[in-house]
Amino acid sequence: MPAFPKKLLWVLLALAFLVPLLHPLFPDVVSGYRLFLVSTMIIAAIAVLGLNLLTGFNGQISLGHGAFYAVGAYTAAVLMDHLNMPYWATLPCAAVVCFIVGYLFGLPALRLEGHYLALATFALALAVPQILKYRWLEGLTGGVQGIVLNKPEVPFGLPLSEDQWLYYYCLIVMVVLYWAAANMLDSRSGRAMMAIRDQYMAADTMGIDTALYKTVTFGISAAYTGIAGALSASAIAFVAPDSFTIFLSIKFLIGLVVGGVGSLAGSVVGGIFYVLVDNSAQALSLFVKNDLGLQFDLSAYTVFGILLIVLMYLMPMGIVGGVYLLMRRLRALRG
Amino acid sequence: MKTNRRTFLGGVSTAAVLSASGVAFAQKKYDDGATDKEIKIGNTNPYSGPASSYGVIGKCIAAYWKCVNDRGGVNGRMVKFITLDDGYSPPKTVELVRQLVEQEKVLCVFQTLGTPTNTAIHKYMNQKKVPQLYVATGASKWGKPKEFPWTMGFQPDYHTEAVIYAKHILANVKDAKIGVLMQNDDYGKDYWEGFKDGLGKDANKVVKHVTYETTDPTVDSQIIQLKDSGANVFFNITIPKFAAQAIRKAADLGWKPAHYLNNVSSSVASTLKPAGLDNSQGIITALYLMDPTDKQWDSNADMKTWSAWMDKWMPGANKSDGSYVYAYAVSYLMEQTLKKCGDNLTRENLMRQAASSQKLRVPLLLPGITVNTSPTDFYPVQSVQLAKFKGETWELFGDVMSAEST
Repeated sequence: MPAFPKKLLWVLLALAFLVPLLHPLFPDVVSGYRLFLVSTMIIAAIAVLGLNLLTGFNGQISLGHGAFYAVGAYTAAVLMDHLNMPYWATLPCAAVVCFIVGYLFGLPALRLEGHYLALATFALALAVPQILKYRWLEGLTGGVQGIVLNKPEVPFGLPLSEDQWLYYYCLIVMVVLYWAAANMLDSRSGRAMMAIRDQYMAADTMGIDTALYKTVTFGISAAYTGIAGALSASAIAFVAPDSFTIFLSIKFLIGLVVGGVGSLAGSVVGGIFYVLVDNSAQALSLFVKNDLGLQFDLSAYTVFGILLIVLMYLMPMGIVGGVYLLMRRLRALRG
Repeated sequence: MKTNRRTFLGGVSTAAVLSASGVAFAQKKYDDGATDKEIKIGNTNPYSGPASSYGVIGKCIAAYWKCVNDRGGVNGRMVKFITLDDGYSPPKTVELVRQLVEQEKVLCVFQTLGTPTNTAIHKYMNQKKVPQLYVATGASKWGKPKEFPWTMGFQPDYHTEAVIYAKHILANVKDAKIGVLMQNDDYGKDYWEGFKDGLGKDANKVVKHVTYETTDPTVDSQIIQLKDSGANVFFNITIPKFAAQAIRKAADLGWKPAHYLNNVSSSVASTLKPAGLDNSQGIITALYLMDPTDKQWDSNADMKTWSAWMDKWMPGANKSDGSYVYAYAVSYLMEQTLKKCGDNLTRENLMRQAASSQKLRVPLLLPGITVNTSPTDFYPVQSVQLAKFKGETWELFGDVMSAEST
C-alpha cells in the first residue's frame, strides 16, 4: 500500500495541534469530554499500530495484544503507585518491560504458525487478567481492587486544562511513535520484516535471520501496545483486571482490520473508528428504538456488528485501502 | 383623581405580588440537570459483557421512572433517566460517566453498578462534586463522607453482614471449626475481612479457607477439601450458581455443618431450588429485602403492590428474580430523596437530603428495617435479620440486627 501523502499528513497534524486551542471560541464543541474521547482514540490508535507492526508488516497474527496492553498499564500504575514515579517516566519503563515480555513470548511463538499462534496469543490474553489477581502479586497489583491513580498534571504552569494536556501528551507520544515506525519500516530491517511476511522461505534463503526478526518484531509490537496501555492508565487514572478482558484484544484486531492491515495510517484510522463506532452504536440503537419508533430491541453490539459486516463488504481492504482504491478509480476516470 | 388613586393602589399591590413571587423564584434553585420541567439522572449498567445478568436492574429502574413520569413526575418535574451500557468495563464507565456529566449535564448519577466500575469514577465524581447516589455494590468503601462526600451506597455492606454471622457462630456453635469457601475477588474479600473482624481473637477457629474463580466449572473439589478438614461450620461466600453447587455437593457427601450462606445467594428461586430444597434445610442467611418467591409475603401489601406494578410496567419479566425487588426499592428511595429536595434541586441539597433520611420506610425492605442516614452515616440500609431455611421458605428469627461496624 502506498505511503500516506506527506502534505496531507502535515495539514492533519497542524489541525490536531490547533483544534484544542479553539476551546474558548467554541466551548461546547471543543469540550473537555470530547478532547478526552479523542485522547482515548489516540491511545487505541497506538495500540493498533503496535499490532499492525506484527500482523500487518510481519505476518504474525495475535489475538492477545490486550495482554501487553495490560502489562503496560500495570507497569505504569505500579511504578506511579509504589515508587511515586512521574507519569511521563513510566512510558519508557512500560515499553522496556513489554518489549522483554513480547520478546520472550516471541521465542516459543517461533514454532507456531498461523492459527496455532493465534490460539497461543489468545490464551495469553485470557491468562493475564487472572495472573493480575494472583495472590502473590496482590501486594503489587492490588488484586481485583486494582490501583487508583492520579491524573497527569499540567507541567511548566502551561495555561491548559487537564484534558487539553492529556490530549497533547497522547498526541505527542503518537506522533513520535508513528514517525519511528515509519522510519523503521523504510529501513533495511523493515524490508526484512515485510520480506518474511511475503515469502518466508525466500527471505530465509536470502540470509535474513528470520528467527531474530520475528522475535524482535514481537517485542517491538508489544512495546508499542504497552505504551498505549501505560497512557490509558494515566488517562483513566485507574487500572483493574476487569479492564483487560479478552474483548480488548478482539477490539484491537477489529481496529486493525477495519483501518487497514499493513498500513500505518490505517492503524490510526482503525483506532479512531473503533472508539467512534463503539460510542455511537449505543446512541444509534437508542435512536432506532425511541426516535424511529421501530420495535427492535437492538443491543449496541448488534448495531456494531451490522456496521462491521457492511464495512467489510464495501471495503474489504479496510478504510484506508478502500479510500486508496476509490482515489485510483477516480484518477483513472479522469485520465 | 380617583382613577389615579386606583392606579396607585393597583401599582402597589402589583409590586407586592411581584416581590412576593420574586421570593418564590429565589427559592427555586437549580444546578445542571434540573429545570422547572425536568430532572436528568444518569446511570451505567452492564447490559452486555460478563455481568450482563445484572442488566435487569437498569431496565427495571428505567421502568420505575417511566411510571413516575406517568403519575406526573416528581414535584411536577419529569425525570429523564439516561442509562448507558458499560459492559462492566471500568475504562468504559469513566468515558460514559464523563459523557453523562459533561455532555448530558445530569444532576447526579444513580445506581451505577459494579465495584470496579464505581471505583473508577469515585474520584472523578467527588472532584466534580456530582452526587454518585445509592451505588449498586455492597463493598464497604462507599460510605466515607469525610473523604468522599458525594458518594453514597445503599445495601448493607458485605463487611457488616459477615460480622453478624461471625458473632452468631461464636454465640451459638460450640467448639466451632469453621470452613470458608470464598469467591476470589473484591466481593469475597470484603466478606472475608468482615468475618475475620467479627471473629476477633477467635480467628484461629477457621480451619480451612478455600477459594474459587468465577470461571471455574464447579466447586466440588473445594467442598471435598472443606469436609475433610473436619469443619462443623461452613461459611459460604458464593454467588448463586456456585452456592447451589456447594449445597448440593455437601449433601451428596453427607457433610452436615452449620451452614451460613451469604445474602448474595439468598434467592430461593436461583439458589435453593436448583440446590434441592431437601438439601437446603437449616441453612442460615441474613436478609434485608423480601424474597418474591417466599410465600410468607404473598399477602403483604408492599409485595402485592410490587407484583401488580411488575405486571403493568415490566410485562414478561421473571418475577422470581430478586433483582427486580431490589431495583424497585432503591428507585423508591431515590424518588423520595428527590421529592424532599422540593424546588431546591442543587447537587448540594440533593446530598444533604440523601444524608438526612430518618427511619424512612422503603417498601419491600423487611418489616422493622428502615433507611437511616446522617451527615456522618452514608450507609442507608444497615440492618439485617437472620433467617433459617425451613420447608420452602426462609423463616426469620431473632431481632433485626444493625451494623456495629461503620
